[in-house]
Amino acid sequence: MNPVALYNHEPLTSAAKQHQFDPYEMNGGTSLVIKGSDFCVVASDTRQSVGFQINSRYAPKTFKLTDNAVITASGFSADSLALFKKLSQNLEWYKHAHDKVMSTPAIAQMLSNTLYYKRFFPYYSFCLVGGIDEQGRGVAYSYDPMGSYGPEPYKSVGSASTLIQPFLDNQARVGHQNQQIVQQSEISLESAISITKDAFTSASERDIYTGDFLEIFVIKQGGVTVERVDLRKD
Amino acid sequence: MDSFVNKFKKSTSTWRDQDMIVNFDVTKEFSLPTFDIPPCHNPIEFLKSHTDENSNPECRIKFKHGTTTLAFKYQGGIIVAVDSRATSGSTIATQNIKKVIEINPYLLGTMAGGAADCTFWERELGRRCRLYELRNKERISVTAASKLLGNIVYSFKGMGLSMGTMVVGWDKTGPKIFYVDADGTRMKGDLFSVGSGSTFAYGVLGSGYDHDLSDNDAAELGRRAVYHAAHRDAASGGNIHVYHVKQTGWEFLGIRNFDDLHWEYQDQPKPSIIGDVQPMMLNIQE
Repeated sequence: MNPVALYNHEPLTSAAKQHQFDPYEMNGGTSLVIKGSDFCVVASDTRQSVGFQINSRYAPKTFKLTDNAVITASGFSADSLALFKKLSQNLEWYKHAHDKVMSTPAIAQMLSNTLYYKRFFPYYSFCLVGGIDEQGRGVAYSYDPMGSYGPEPYKSVGSASTLIQPFLDNQARVGHQNQQIVQQSEISLESAISITKDAFTSASERDIYTGDFLEIFVIKQGGVTVERVDLRKD
Repeated sequence: MDSFVNKFKKSTSTWRDQDMIVNFDVTKEFSLPTFDIPPCHNPIEFLKSHTDENSNPECRIKFKHGTTTLAFKYQGGIIVAVDSRATSGSTIATQNIKKVIEINPYLLGTMAGGAADCTFWERELGRRCRLYELRNKERISVTAASKLLGNIVYSFKGMGLSMGTMVVGWDKTGPKIFYVDADGTRMKGDLFSVGSGSTFAYGVLGSGYDHDLSDNDAAELGRRAVYHAAHRDAASGGNIHVYHVKQTGWEFLGIRNFDDLHWEYQDQPKPSIIGDVQPMMLNIQE
């Protein structure tokens, strides 16, 4: 046989046939982060679905990385979980090598690199990292699937992000000129939490991929606390 | 045998220096990071079908895009001006992304195209420039730095990297601007604009550019060019960042909000570009 024929990909039959390597799935769900002067709120719903099928009503996508940092991601849940596992392993190695816990800004850069090392086979994950830095100030970072990242005062990603982000722009943004009611001071923890709850209860009214439960992580100097809130179950 | 003798005849301090040099593994320090490749017949087509909006509008992984960046040389050095909007698809991913990457106090890189590609490789460029500095006891030239980046992206040619960048700085030979993109193009020039809004920026730059511009006027020209690009190009906007590159290194001239700038310019008298033209020539009906 002519070896060149091995590389000839013309179909043998007349019927058109297309093969595609499609290892991704969209599992829906929404995540949110709001930072304050000395705290950070990270929240996500717990529904996991594919198309119109709900896989699970409680499949968390927000995880504590250290006492100062929490990560959340929406997109393809298997990729996200693999990514979180890799990060946790790296953090463990870092702890043993340097005898200290990695700072949140360092975690942010490490996540960027970890995502970029899969530049040609990306993780289908839209990540958010929230926490406090070494000075105890609130910090939040958002990522694209390739690893481009930047600090944000507040950010929502996932299936209901188009619903929630404008709401956050209205409620959490400080000193916006064109707005009718101008927020003057930095957001308080209480209002950050209530904005989060309102954002998700409203989002679950209009987004089929957001619902069941809401998990709110609060990162402060003392550590991380979690609150679970009910959302619509339909 | 000689190396063995040398090792023991030196004093401790130089011995350690020797050791450092011996342990410096060039293949390791300058090697490219390893990347995961999808286990399929054609990884490049795979990546394209999942990430390239042009070849597949329903692709899942939309990454950040869209830009206006510019840099030009003038009598006082170089002005770099950029917008700060990042879009993924038609949604604004963020209004305050940093599109000027501060490689070191004398070198700047601009970001157009894929945000992750630009930040990652210009960070890597920063590391290599620092290594160069430590090994050669002098700063790297802009020419050499841009070639480091050019060679890296050239080695990935055809694999889907997306970046259009300007490497800008001041070295022994003075101010320099290099345009480097993912196709492997690398060229020196006095005036560049890159990104979806670049055509608008070129128009403004072309009408207002003069080599003898003062520092303030040059910065204002850069700002105005990005302003007009952000006004006409939907993928550009947010804030306008301006940098000035001088002999002493770069200086950040500040951030201006696009909206504030819009109302400020609105109140200013319009520049009379057509001042000498007779009114009759403009009004055909008369």
